[in-house]
Amino acid sequence: MSTTVAVVLFVGVTAYALFGGADFGAGFWDLLAGGAARGERPRAIIDHSIGPVWEANHVWLIFCFVVLWTSFPTAFSSLTLTLFVPLTIAAFGIVLRGAGFAFRKVVRRTRDRRNFGAAFASSSVLVPFCMGAVAGAIASGRVPAGGVAGDPWHSWVNPTSLLGGVLAVAVVAYLAAVYLVSDAHRLGDATMTEYFRRRAVVAAVVAGTVAFGGIFILHADAPFLFHGLTHRALPLVVASAVFGVASLVSLLRGPRREPRALAVPAVACVVLAWGVAQWPYVIPETMTVSATAAPSGTLEAILFAAALAAVIVLPALGLLFVLDQKSLLAGEGGTDDAVVPHSGTA
Amino acid sequence: MVLAVNPVAWARSQMAFTLAFHIILVPLGVSWAFLTLIANYRAVRHDDADALLLAQRWSKYMAVTFAVGAVTGTVLSFEFGLLWPRFMGRFGGAFGVPFAFEGLFFFTEAIFVAIYIYGWRRLSPWAHFWTGVPVVVSGVFGTISVVAANSWMNSPSGFTLDSSGKVTKVDAMSVIFNKGMPLEAAHMVVAAYIVGGFLVASVYAVGMLRGRTDHYHRLGFTIAFTVAAIATPIQMGVGDSLTRWVYSNQPVKFAAIELVPQTSNDVPETLLGHLNSDGTVTGGLRIPGMASWLSDPSTGTATVVQGLNTVPVTDEPTIAQDNTVHLAWDTMIGLGTLLFLLSAWYGLAWLLRRKVPTNRWFLRVAACCGVLSVITMEAGWVVTEVGRQPWIVYDYMKVEDAATGNTGVWITFLAVVALYAGLGVTTILVLRGMSRRFRGETGFDETDVPYGPSGPLPDATEPPGVAGAGADEPHEVPAR
Repeated sequence: MSTTVAVVLFVGVTAYALFGGADFGAGFWDLLAGGAARGERPRAIIDHSIGPVWEANHVWLIFCFVVLWTSFPTAFSSLTLTLFVPLTIAAFGIVLRGAGFAFRKVVRRTRDRRNFGAAFASSSVLVPFCMGAVAGAIASGRVPAGGVAGDPWHSWVNPTSLLGGVLAVAVVAYLAAVYLVSDAHRLGDATMTEYFRRRAVVAAVVAGTVAFGGIFILHADAPFLFHGLTHRALPLVVASAVFGVASLVSLLRGPRREPRALAVPAVACVVLAWGVAQWPYVIPETMTVSATAAPSGTLEAILFAAALAAVIVLPALGLLFVLDQKSLLAGEGGTDDAVVPHSGTA
Repeated sequence: MVLAVNPVAWARSQMAFTLAFHIILVPLGVSWAFLTLIANYRAVRHDDADALLLAQRWSKYMAVTFAVGAVTGTVLSFEFGLLWPRFMGRFGGAFGVPFAFEGLFFFTEAIFVAIYIYGWRRLSPWAHFWTGVPVVVSGVFGTISVVAANSWMNSPSGFTLDSSGKVTKVDAMSVIFNKGMPLEAAHMVVAAYIVGGFLVASVYAVGMLRGRTDHYHRLGFTIAFTVAAIATPIQMGVGDSLTRWVYSNQPVKFAAIELVPQTSNDVPETLLGHLNSDGTVTGGLRIPGMASWLSDPSTGTATVVQGLNTVPVTDEPTIAQDNTVHLAWDTMIGLGTLLFLLSAWYGLAWLLRRKVPTNRWFLRVAACCGVLSVITMEAGWVVTEVGRQPWIVYDYMKVEDAATGNTGVWITFLAVVALYAGLGVTTILVLRGMSRRFRGETGFDETDVPYGPSGPLPDATEPPGVAGAGADEPHEVPAR
């Protein structure tokens, strides 16, 4: 059963990387969109793209935390003891990001929008970097077992963590740019489609280069992970590369549906490859999944909650997406005329 | 390197500060949706345009406070690990379980907040009304789940320890439905309705004092104040039962509440007053026998109350903590009684004259009741938490054994205080700015709110910038 929970946990990590990641990446492009006038249209597309479920995307992080601290409590404790600094920075970044995004939608003055936008956009880069660094610390086995704190700095300031951080930022930027191409295309905005298509190409090349170059870093700095990636997880690594190259080719050919359908599996395969490569460890070479797992009563409750979430949350999300696509009711049309009081017969 | 300071006090301060901040946003997230639905119902049922406007605006304010509550709640989940890693490492398998369900309810609530805001102009009025109901329901269940985790710390159950103190068996049902849960959860849910109601009502009381006594403002005040005024007497019953539960199950906490140094019967109820280090109580007003009588009316003043000195000194709260608990208790009871009297005034005026009191003195007091109810709730929470000291898991694990070893916590504490001060001030300014803007605006637009849809795109036929006429600006390529 601990294996099932570990799979559920990694599904959560992958979902966070895909959904939360695309959100972070959108913030990255927001940051680079330039001044208030020049950046107005890209930012409008970004707002559209982040859309109604910006909060829901980040619930995946909470999901991962809850699964981790209930089902693998000692691993969670080792992580938080050792990686105090990057996790604290990430938490602060999440506050700035969430509040900045919410406030920016509400305020009207350009100066306020710029300040809140800056808080949102800069923390959108900071948080994935920290998360990547944390992943690097775990993957390179720098988190000791048994409730002992590892080195507070070298645990996450090291080649693998740096690779993880840079790769995380590059990947989310790539993912978001591909989403934004589709969204701009769907909105019929040719200029912005082209704008984001160019950025998606650059981001794809950067992400691919970092990922490829990273293999050499892992060879030297995280041999266990390197071995896993080149053996057990090799099919996933190859699949990711194939999807990645295919998405790049399709981006170069124009803004169609394929880039999005190819970029998502490319990123998912990278994250899953990490998980498969370090199996059976939660934290490589010290804490295995089965040895750190909580008693079966806990695991059953977690699996039950996860199943319940699938039954309750997914249909609700579906309803929201339907509403997002649905046009306004007759009489409440886009001209923003005076509010028509609801009448029982409407 | 950074200054190394014992992290326990700082970790405790940081947790207390971030929780104290978050707990103000909680009532708004839990009960504002209910208030909004009342206005929404009235709007649809009685074709009341003011009620509709109220419901629409409330749904927007609610979205902002919900968004801020979501991030401060996320910080708390980081802090469980960052500040209390040894607690989570040992008891995460039990303590953590209610959070799996809390996450589920929070997820549902967040999605339906968005659906409700989307639905204003996309769904039929009644269908839209019903999409608000899951927000109310999941808010209540989310609160119950979080409080279940807290009450588990007060009355831990549902786990088995081996000889080394490792949790070897967990019964999730007994963890969630621990003995303290029903009353503690009820106390918090009702508190959320009291604080949310009074906070919203106080804003409209201020508006009415400033001369905005139109139907819109009176309606906003009446809906919110009525909900709080109904919840307040209920809370007195729930609180009374909970206190008796504490008397039976956490006698040391009860002794701190009532300032009882030695076990005895005929214990007086001490209002204010101070416990000294030699175990004597000085000052304050004493009502003879009252604490005993309240603890169990069936045995009256003969009821024996266990004293603070019945546990080893290392297992009891410090003198300063005892005094904090007692003062917080007096604050909660005092302000709670005041709020009850105000509710009674309101209720009587309505019963006798069939009308909401609108005289200036009533409105002046009502304008303060938002802040007062927040203080009452914070005081009650101080009683729960400080009264449990030195334990983090009552009778199983002490706070000092749970804390992180990271000596830089004082830095994160200071940073968090600065960050939240900014966040709090900004939230209030943003809400006030929204209110001012709404006043000068006609019509409804749901695109200017978190969780809402995006507004129309800037005109696509115009070039993207002032100097954007050159279609292929080289700076568009992010070569950096």
